[in-house]
Amino acid sequence: MHIMSTSNATLFEQLGGQAAVEAAVDNFYRKVLVDERVAHFFDDVDMDRQRGKQKAFLTMAFGGPHNYSGKDMRTGHARLVAMGLNDSHFDAIVELLGGTLKEMGVADELIGQVAAIAESTRADVLGK
Amino acid sequence: MPSVTWAGRSHQLAAGETVLDGLLRNGIEIAHACKAGSCGSCMLRAVAGEIAARAQVGLKDSWKTRGYFLSCMCVPEASLELAEVGAEARIPAQITAVDHLSDDVLRIRLLPERAFEFRAGQYLTLIRDSGLARSYSLASLPNERELELHVRLIPHGRMSTWLNQPETIGSNVQLQGPSGECFYVPGREEQPLLLAGAGTGLAPLWGIVHDALQQGHTGPIHLFHGALRPGGLYLREQLEALAASRSHFSYTPTVLNGPEEGRISVGAIDSIIGTTYPKLVGWRGFVCGDPTLVRSLKRKLFLAGIAMGDIYSDAFLPSV
Ligand SMILES: Cc1cc2nc3c(=O)[nH]c(=O)nc-3n(C[C@H](O)[C@H](O)[C@H](O)COP(=O)(O)OP(=O)(O)OC[C@H]3O[C@@H](n4cnc5c(N)ncnc54)[C@H](O)[C@@H]3O)c2cc1C
Ligand code: HEM
Repeated sequence: MHIMSTSNATLFEQLGGQAAVEAAVDNFYRKVLVDERVAHFFDDVDMDRQRGKQKAFLTMAFGGPHNYSGKDMRTGHARLVAMGLNDSHFDAIVELLGGTLKEMGVADELIGQVAAIAESTRADVLGK
Repeated sequence: MPSVTWAGRSHQLAAGETVLDGLLRNGIEIAHACKAGSCGSCMLRAVAGEIAARAQVGLKDSWKTRGYFLSCMCVPEASLELAEVGAEARIPAQITAVDHLSDDVLRIRLLPERAFEFRAGQYLTLIRDSGLARSYSLASLPNERELELHVRLIPHGRMSTWLNQPETIGSNVQLQGPSGECFYVPGREEQPLLLAGAGTGLAPLWGIVHDALQQGHTGPIHLFHGALRPGGLYLREQLEALAASRSHFSYTPTVLNGPEEGRISVGAIDSIIGTTYPKLVGWRGFVCGDPTLVRSLKRKLFLAGIAMGDIYSDAFLPSV
């Protein structure tokens, strides 16, 4: 992965693009599966399919190209909201995401930008 | 609603209904087993009409262009005209031998009429004259003349009970496939390999172990085989002999219950693996057999550090 310092590079490019998603996905997914606060939301989903969804999640949070609308986020997480998904789980996911990036050596400033993108989806993800 | 034309007659599909379900509902016998797009036995050919890519996942390009598709995965948007698949999609084979590897595991040998190309660890679908179809993993290697399958006897199982009769020897069946992504890919020959399965989950693992050894894999290869009782640890002598002759191959037989006996480990196979290898960073994993066990083993191996892309698996889903 190379470091891009030009200020006009997008966040996604600065993080390293699709390669960064690939590098992050296994570590992020492992954190999620062993975190007692959120693991149960991921219990009954097929792991291979779930990995694809984790990549979709990371691409979106990294500011990369995606085709999800706010409405998609609502319907996609409605099943989980019915299971009790709330702000505390949302915060836990943002924390695990930040931890993953920190381990990859990503600068705090960029981690902050990723957290802000995640934050912007809160109302839709939680169906508020 | 779209309709499908089969043997000159048109049948209406219900909303959201697959081509397979629609034909079965109309009393038309189409071979099928998994209804999940993996066994391939319900493959048909569209001679007119559009097929979505989803119904052609995993098929050879040359078949796709001929309109082949999996009828269990196809909910058409517009009407289709259908035909049976041609002779090129199925290979006739003769059952040449049936014997017992344990009380409830049969070894089936098959001689295909023409070359059946596959990679060790893949599975085929066996189709009887009646149209009954079931998937089985290949335990043999591509350079062997006959194909070998390990079939667990299921009480009242339609295919396994039929296979377990003396008169089955000499019978002709059709083979479709191969399918599956669970096989040894050459390269990275120093990477340690972990293989785990219970019951007939050993069939593909047996093939993969021998394939990796033949292809010159140099890293450690560790096979864990689980059974309920020691009697279920079929091919144990052969595997112990292999472990004795190849220093980088290890074999751990495990049983769920029972007294400690010789080299057999007692306990759940996933905890035995966890105790032997708390960390598996950098390994490649293969897990096959019972779907619940495959799911939990995959998770275990992943959490122990194997990259998801390095975990190969086949779940033996029951037929529906
Ligand atoms: C990719 C793939 C690979 C496979 N490889 C192998 C293999 O190498 N060896 C092998 O033995 N099988 C394998 N199977 C399973 C195999 O395809 C059949 O499902 C199995 O042999 C049962 O078929 P049957 O006709 O004898 O029983 P069926 O007539 O299909 O079943 C009879 C009854 O037993 C139940 N039943 C079915 N399977 C089980 C089970 N495992 N435990 C308890 N009850 C059951 C059924 O629900 C049904 O009620 C594989 C399946 C898949 C999808
Ligand atoms: C932080 C903001 C979040 C974003 C941007 C986000 C994004 C996504 C995306 C893009 C998908 C894939 C949808 C698809 O293709 O089907 C998805 C699925 C999923 N998300 Fe989120 N997500 C967020 C928060 C959460 C939280 C807090 C949880 C639970 C603790 C969660 C649990 C899941 C699960 C379990 C799935 C799979 C759903 C299924 O397969 O049914 N997500 N998410």
